[in-house]
Amino acid sequence: MHENEQEIFVNDNTAKDRYRAGVMPYAEMGYWQPDYEPTDTDVLAVFRITPQAGVDPIEAAAAVAGESSTATWTVVWTDRLTACENYRAKAYRLEPVPHRDDQWFAWVAYDLDLFEPGSISNLTASIIGNVFGFKPLKALRLEDMRIPVAYLKTFPGPPTGIVVERERLDKFGRPLLGATVKPKLGLSARNYGRVVYEALRGGLDFTKDDENIGSQPFMHWRDRFLYCMEAVNRAEAATGEIKGTYLNVTAATMEQMYERADFAKKLGSVVVMIDLVIGYTAIQSMSAWARANDMILHLHRAGHSTYTRQRDHGVSFRVIAKWMRMAGVDHLHAGTVVGKLEGDPATVAGIYDTLRDEHTHRRLDRGLFFDQPWASLNKVMPVASGGIHAGQMHQLLHHLGEDVVLQFGGGTIGHPDGIAAGATANRVALETMVMARNEGRDFYHDGPDILRRAARQCAPLARALETWGDVTFDYTPTDSPDYVPTATSS
Amino acid sequence: MRLTQGAFSFLPDLTDVQITAQMLYCIDHGWPISIEYTDDPHPRNTYWEMWGQPMFDLVSPAPVMDELTRCREARVGSYIRLVAFESTRGWESVRLSFIVGRPDVEPGFQVVRASGPVR
Repeated sequence: MHENEQEIFVNDNTAKDRYRAGVMPYAEMGYWQPDYEPTDTDVLAVFRITPQAGVDPIEAAAAVAGESSTATWTVVWTDRLTACENYRAKAYRLEPVPHRDDQWFAWVAYDLDLFEPGSISNLTASIIGNVFGFKPLKALRLEDMRIPVAYLKTFPGPPTGIVVERERLDKFGRPLLGATVKPKLGLSARNYGRVVYEALRGGLDFTKDDENIGSQPFMHWRDRFLYCMEAVNRAEAATGEIKGTYLNVTAATMEQMYERADFAKKLGSVVVMIDLVIGYTAIQSMSAWARANDMILHLHRAGHSTYTRQRDHGVSFRVIAKWMRMAGVDHLHAGTVVGKLEGDPATVAGIYDTLRDEHTHRRLDRGLFFDQPWASLNKVMPVASGGIHAGQMHQLLHHLGEDVVLQFGGGTIGHPDGIAAGATANRVALETMVMARNEGRDFYHDGPDILRRAARQCAPLARALETWGDVTFDYTPTDSPDYVPTATSS
Repeated sequence: MRLTQGAFSFLPDLTDVQITAQMLYCIDHGWPISIEYTDDPHPRNTYWEMWGQPMFDLVSPAPVMDELTRCREARVGSYIRLVAFESTRGWESVRLSFIVGRPDVEPGFQVVRASGPVR
C-alpha cells in the first residue's frame, strides 16, 4: 500500500516531511521500529496478521501498532503538540507463522501511559478496538499479551482467589466437584432445587445455574434463589460440609445484578455467578461487589467461542483469561481437554498456567509468548465443564491438576440410579484417583483399573462406568499452538 | 450420618498403611503435618484442637504415626484429622487435610428453621 508515498519519504524523515499533510505508510510514521527494546513497563502484544494480497507484512504490522494506538489514516499536525514518540505503539518484531506463507506474528510494544489504571475496558478499547476491522488486513488475531507489573498492580484482581476459596470452603488436596443443573431451561424453582439438593448431598461441592438462567416465566430469580438455598442448607446439614450453588445474577442492568447479588448474600450463599456477555465493566463492578461482600465470583465464559476459537481471527482465550484474572473473577471456565467442547491439551495447559501461576513462563508449545509475572495477584480457579464423566477421572487429574473445579452436569444428573448416585460416583472416582496419585501410582495409565477396583465397593461408580465408560469426544482441535517442541541433540 | 469433610471421606476409612502413604506424600513435598481433633465438627468450626505442634522437618512418617496413636487413645470418640501445610510463597496455607478418626456413631446436624420475611 501507499507505494508512491513510500518513495517520497524514504530516508528523509525530518519533522517537516514527516508531518506534511497527506497519507504515508504506517511503517514510515514510526510504528515500525525493529531495533526497539521493550521496557519493563511496556504493555506487549503479539498479533497474528494475515495481510491482504500484496500488502507488505511490515507495513501491516506497523498499521496494527498504529491503529491500536495513536494513528489515523492520514498525517495530522496535532501529533506535534504531544510527546507522540512515546504514545506511538511500536511494532518491533515480525516472524512468519510456522507452516504458513500468508501469516506473520507481530510483536507490538505500548507505553504504559496509553492505558487508564485498573480498567480492562480502556485497555481493550485500544488493543482490540478499531484495528480488527482494518481493511488492509484479511484477518487479525490477538495471540498473547505481557502485562507489566506496574500495570497489574493497578488491578485488585480476584476477590477470593484459590487459596482463600479453599480455606473458606474447608476443602483441600483434591479438585472440587460441581454440576450444572439440567435441563438448563424449563424447570420450576421447586424442581430445580431438588436437583441441587440431590447433587450436593450425594457428594458434589457445587451446583451451578447455566449461563442462560435469568428470570424467565418458568422460574423467577427470587424463587430460584430461595429453593436453591434451602437445598444448600439441607445438604450442608446432611454432610457436614460447606456447599455452594452458583446463583447466576446476570441481568439487564447493574442495578438488577446488585439486587440479585444482595439477595444471594442475604440467604447465605458463598458464591454468585456472572456471564462473560455482561461486559468487562460490569465484570469489574461485580468483582468489587464480591470483594466487599466476601463472595466467590464465578464467571461463565458465555459467548467467547465467537471470537476465540478460530486461529485466524479474533482473540485467543489465553488473553481473555489474562484479562479476567486482572478484572477479578474467582472461577473461570477454561476447558476440559477430554470433554465435548473445544480444547487442545497444550492450549488448555497454557490457559490453566495463566490462571494459576505465580509466574507464567514463556512456552511457545503451550501458546504462551511471554514470561508473565503475576505480582501476587490472586489465582483464578479454572473450571472444567462440558461432556466429562467419572470414567475420565485419571485423564482429568493428569491434564488439569488439583486446583480446578470439575463439573459433571450430564455425568451427574444422567446417572441411571439418580442424581445423588451420580454425584457419589464422581466423588468416589475423584478421591480414589487423588489417593492413588499421592501413593505414587502411575494413575494416568492405571486409571481404568483404579476406577474398576473402586467400583467394586461403590455401586454408583460401577453403574457410571457401565453407562459412560467408553464415551469420548475425539475431534481435531481448531485452536492448537503453532509451535511444537522439537527434540534436540543434547 | 457420615461427615464427609477432608479429601478421602467418601472412601472406606483409611488403614494405617494408607495413612502412612499419604504422610509420605506430604513429607516428600516438605510439608509439615499437624494432628487436630474435635467433638464439634461443624463445617464452620475452623479451629479444631491441636494435638501438639505441627511436625516440621519430617524424614519419616513414624513420629506422626506415633502421635496419632497417642491421640486416638486419648481422644476416643473424637474426630481426628491430619493437616499438611505448604509454606511456598503464594500458597502459605493448608495443602491436604483428611479425616483419620471418627466416632462410631456420628450425631450429624439438623437445619434449625426460623420463618422470616423471605420464607
